[in-house]
Amino acid sequence: MKPVTRIASKTVVLATRDVDTDQIMPARFLTTTSREGLGDKVFFDLRFDGAGAPRKDFVLNRPEAAGCSVLVAGRNFGCGSSREHAPWGLLDYGFEAVISSELADIFRNNALKNGLVAIVVDEETHDWLLDNPGADVVIDVENTTLTLPDERTVEFELDGFARYCLVEGTDQLGFLQRQLDAIERFEEIRPWKP
Amino acid sequence: MSTPRTLFEKVWADHVVVAETDDTPAVIYIDLHIIHEVTTPQAFSLLREQGLPVRRPDLVLATLDHSTPTTPVSSFKDLLVAGEGAARQVRQMEQNCREFGIELLGFGSGRRGIVHVIGPELGATQPGKTIVCGDSHTSTHGAFGALAFGIGTTEVGHVLATQCLLQRKPKTLAVNVDGSLPAGVTAKDVILAVIGRIGVDGGTGHVIEYRGGAIRALDMEARMTICNMSIEGGARAGMIAPDDVTFEYLEGRERAPRGADWDMALARWRSLFSDDAATFDRSVDIDAASLVPMVTFGTNPGMVVGIDEPVPAGSDPSFRKALDYMQVETGKPMSANAVDVVFVGSCTNGRISDIEEAARILEGRKVAPGVRMLVVPGSEQVKAEAEARGLDRIVVAAGAEWREAGCSMCLGMNGDIAQPGQLCVSTSNRNFEGRQGIGARTVLASPATAAASAIAGRVADPREYV
Repeated sequence: MKPVTRIASKTVVLATRDVDTDQIMPARFLTTTSREGLGDKVFFDLRFDGAGAPRKDFVLNRPEAAGCSVLVAGRNFGCGSSREHAPWGLLDYGFEAVISSELADIFRNNALKNGLVAIVVDEETHDWLLDNPGADVVIDVENTTLTLPDERTVEFELDGFARYCLVEGTDQLGFLQRQLDAIERFEEIRPWKP
Repeated sequence: MSTPRTLFEKVWADHVVVAETDDTPAVIYIDLHIIHEVTTPQAFSLLREQGLPVRRPDLVLATLDHSTPTTPVSSFKDLLVAGEGAARQVRQMEQNCREFGIELLGFGSGRRGIVHVIGPELGATQPGKTIVCGDSHTSTHGAFGALAFGIGTTEVGHVLATQCLLQRKPKTLAVNVDGSLPAGVTAKDVILAVIGRIGVDGGTGHVIEYRGGAIRALDMEARMTICNMSIEGGARAGMIAPDDVTFEYLEGRERAPRGADWDMALARWRSLFSDDAATFDRSVDIDAASLVPMVTFGTNPGMVVGIDEPVPAGSDPSFRKALDYMQVETGKPMSANAVDVVFVGSCTNGRISDIEEAARILEGRKVAPGVRMLVVPGSEQVKAEAEARGLDRIVVAAGAEWREAGCSMCLGMNGDIAQPGQLCVSTSNRNFEGRQGIGARTVLASPATAAASAIAGRVADPREYV
């Protein structure tokens, strides 16, 4: 995993609340056995109509969305299915961060484990971001701060361990493998066996 | 005196390998890892890349359910009904299990089925275990007093490689359902009402414990329906303290302990309840006697009304968007809507008692002209038992389709889909846009409501059919 310390980008805003992972990555694309190439499928049914033509009114199809790597999402983004294909697709599409006032637990976990900076800000900041699409923001992962265009800086929520892994570019499996002695000891001494 | 603890806290504490600190999450031991073809290929690829074995293949339960067709399968050609990608994925799973020494309950095993149906029916799901699966409805297994939750594919890899996960301890939410359920009101109606009450994000960051007289009065399959949909309220896990109903269900099952092991397990299981003085971070009270059959009207499981209540009004753009997608009107009850498809099945309602509940209403009646009804058993064992009881004949005589076991129309990835614009009354768990096929409109309901709707040709109150 590449280290992620700082992201500077204009925002693209998807204000709808409770956007579920079926919207982010429809089930019919889950028959892949790879994690590559899912960027083409992300938000597929919101981006394209039944005939495969881009829906002009969808925010990602507007010219100003091009090159934006920070997605500001409505409350409870990523709810529903645990499919990791959702963050894989968002990353492959070019997003580096998702900001909301609340993120679904499994989505947030999956995102952070893949280097997609999934962060939660306070309601007031979130409202401001929703009202100001295209804002230039800077996410400082190491100091857990978000800087808005008027130089206002707010703190965001990010688990300390997830932050460490993002900044170092460390994957969590390595950390777990270093616990193998403790795991073996646990298996030996526990009073019952599964 | 030890500190009073909740059920969740007892199970959590029993599995801490390394305690959490401010800087690092806890290392939690996993007793049972259930895997299926859709969320594991990339995890096995990772093991291959890093040259790692599966550390405890004996603690893995593997099956095929999500991208398998519900028409008979005896060759690769039969798998293609679900599409080429789906067929390849099934083959990949068979290959991965062979290569890594995992027993696969596949086609012809007589044990294949939806992950959350076969764990309990085999007796592999047990009180006090930690259970994970790359599927958000893993919360189902909490009905036995297990701590069970869905994980992503990266975490599937972690468990395969180490049998452990890194976790922050969640908060606790008590959902108390007291009183008695009125006739015709089922577990599905209870959980839809709970989600309507707390909202689709009401349980975020929490483990729910379902408590109270109305929960205690439910059988195990009904309890599984309740815990199954915890994730639809945002909670990763839902639990019910085990009791004699739980123990009676488990005794004698294929993978349940036997003899002296059973006695020891039982003694341990009997300590799995929330102590009287234990405190929860939050609690919600629901009066069972006030509940009616519930149906969803929108595009998430929190958008729910009583069968005879009008669809509510809302000004929020997300709410308006949902009503537009569903083509339903504020102020009218859901029974105003004609039905195109009815689906009975899934990890929520694909067990024998669910099929029985639907069959009781279908018996001696006919599915309305123009309505397509699928009844899909949750496992090969459920199918065999239903056929032994003659339920399949009732289903077919009513004009519905009786299929092979699988996830089927719960999610559009195995060939079973509703067409754009069609309204499907479904016993599954998600009414998200496009979940059952592009443009399909889903109304979540109990098996009884689904069967009544199939007969009426519109969304219908099951209490008129008993």
